[in-house]
Amino acid sequence: MKTMFNLNKIDSEGLGGKLNMNTENNSQSSDAVNALEIRNLNFYYGSFKGLKDINMNIEEGKVTAFIGPSGCGKSTLLRTMNRMYDLYPGQRAEGEINFYGNNILTPGQDLNLLRSRIGMVFQKPTPFPMSIYENIAFGVRLYENLNRSEMDERVEWALNKAALWTEAKDKLNQSGLSLSGGQQQRLCIARGVAVKPSVILLDEPTSALDPISTGKIEELISELKNEYTIAIVTHNMQQAARVSDYTAYMYLGSLIEFGKTDELFIKPKRKETEDYITGRFG
Amino acid sequence: MSQIANIDQAVFARRQRANKIGLTLSMLAMTLGMVFLIWILATLFIKGFAAVSLNMFTMSTPAPGSEGGGLANAIVGSLMLIASCTLISTPVGVLAGLYLSEYGDRSKVAAVTRFVTDIMLSAPSIVIGLFVYALFVAQVKHFSGWAGTIALALIAIPVVVRTTENMLRLVPGSLREAAYALGTPKWKVAFYVTLRAAKSGIMTGILLALARVSGETAPLLFTALNNQFFSTNMNAPMANLPVVIFQFAMSPYDNWVDLAWGGSLLITFAVLGLNILARVVFREKAQG
Repeated sequence: MKTMFNLNKIDSEGLGGKLNMNTENNSQSSDAVNALEIRNLNFYYGSFKGLKDINMNIEEGKVTAFIGPSGCGKSTLLRTMNRMYDLYPGQRAEGEINFYGNNILTPGQDLNLLRSRIGMVFQKPTPFPMSIYENIAFGVRLYENLNRSEMDERVEWALNKAALWTEAKDKLNQSGLSLSGGQQQRLCIARGVAVKPSVILLDEPTSALDPISTGKIEELISELKNEYTIAIVTHNMQQAARVSDYTAYMYLGSLIEFGKTDELFIKPKRKETEDYITGRFG
Repeated sequence: MSQIANIDQAVFARRQRANKIGLTLSMLAMTLGMVFLIWILATLFIKGFAAVSLNMFTMSTPAPGSEGGGLANAIVGSLMLIASCTLISTPVGVLAGLYLSEYGDRSKVAAVTRFVTDIMLSAPSIVIGLFVYALFVAQVKHFSGWAGTIALALIAIPVVVRTTENMLRLVPGSLREAAYALGTPKWKVAFYVTLRAAKSGIMTGILLALARVSGETAPLLFTALNNQFFSTNMNAPMANLPVVIFQFAMSPYDNWVDLAWGGSLLITFAVLGLNILARVVFREKAQG
């Protein structure tokens, strides 16, 4: 998987994307590589401003968590990173999001290619109406031409990554909808992992799941960060503290505080952050 | 205290009276509908079953004045007309519905298509028959099975278009987003994910459209016409159950009238079967 990152870097240099070395919000170590660099990002739902002047870096191979009250823009921010908002007329983003130096907000960006590099898993499990095997093979076939045995291997690999192989190996031909909610969500993660993206965006991936499934998915996240860069939106602050390396606290569309998870939870710099994480907020 | 209770009593009494009146009226209306439905079905079953025999399925329609005879040519003709109608209306209807839901959405073309489809849905079927007569039959100068197929397809397509669109709209946006999030191009999302998720609903729509056209008489009168003989040539006039029933029921021959009853029973069962099948298919959706 390491090669994947290198490819991305070569890509971005080839495309001549400029690297903006803005570090005002950057508490990461200086030799770290950033998968995504967000610069002066503003986002609009029609005339409503959903995100205000966001500046932050998502470090490669780390888990970055986004916390904050409902409607604060966490999901919106996540959805700008793979330009999911582009599906809906009236939503637009201004500023820069540099993916290994290449600004993905430019109109010329190929969205399908971008989304194959920056995968996303949603709040509700969304298995496709096809077999478990096909659910995973579907995404792989879009960009790779594998023969039958290679595809079998890839499906097994992805299901293993998502800790679903032992439960699903005997029913690969059954509908993905026949799985339980937690299994469906892990299937969706496997589906996202199978196409080998370099970044995985998780939009409240455990909010619809029971504690056991949640635990499995959290283990999975710690497992996956060795090979993927992960950004996760969560309503659960304990979850953010458990799984993430960096945490961003957002409120009303602004990034209030961003830093190492331990520091942010133990010694928040801003009063607002402290109020929120200690439950004094609202 | 007792005064309040008295007022309450009065209110309750009034409400219960209103309830009784409402219930009586709706029961009366229901009875009126049911009486005629049961009357029609009872007559159909008594006269229809009396006419059903093996000959009905093996022999062709009898000539005027001859004894016996069956409906074999009309049964086969009807099946062929409906099968070819399905082959035409399913792809056209499903693709049009897909366009309306996934591509056109709020565009002007989609709005116009929806409006025209709605008009077509309520267009009298005899108008469709006349239209095909003027445009097709009058040009080639003979009645044919194809003309009948076109007329039936024109009736079935709007039904398929609207059900397809409605069923696709029921597919949650999150499923589409999940497909896009893998980098899937739009046409693949539409065909492989959205359409598949709505499959059983769309099949239900197609079956209901078939149930609708299988009893249509008016559009076939000027298009497929009828054929006294057994024929599978779609280019020639074609026998079909509705028109045979229409002609035989008004004839002076007893054996013809009997066959009309038998044919009516067949169509009723076919439509009933299609409706039951549609319900079964739709219910399977819940099980994924």
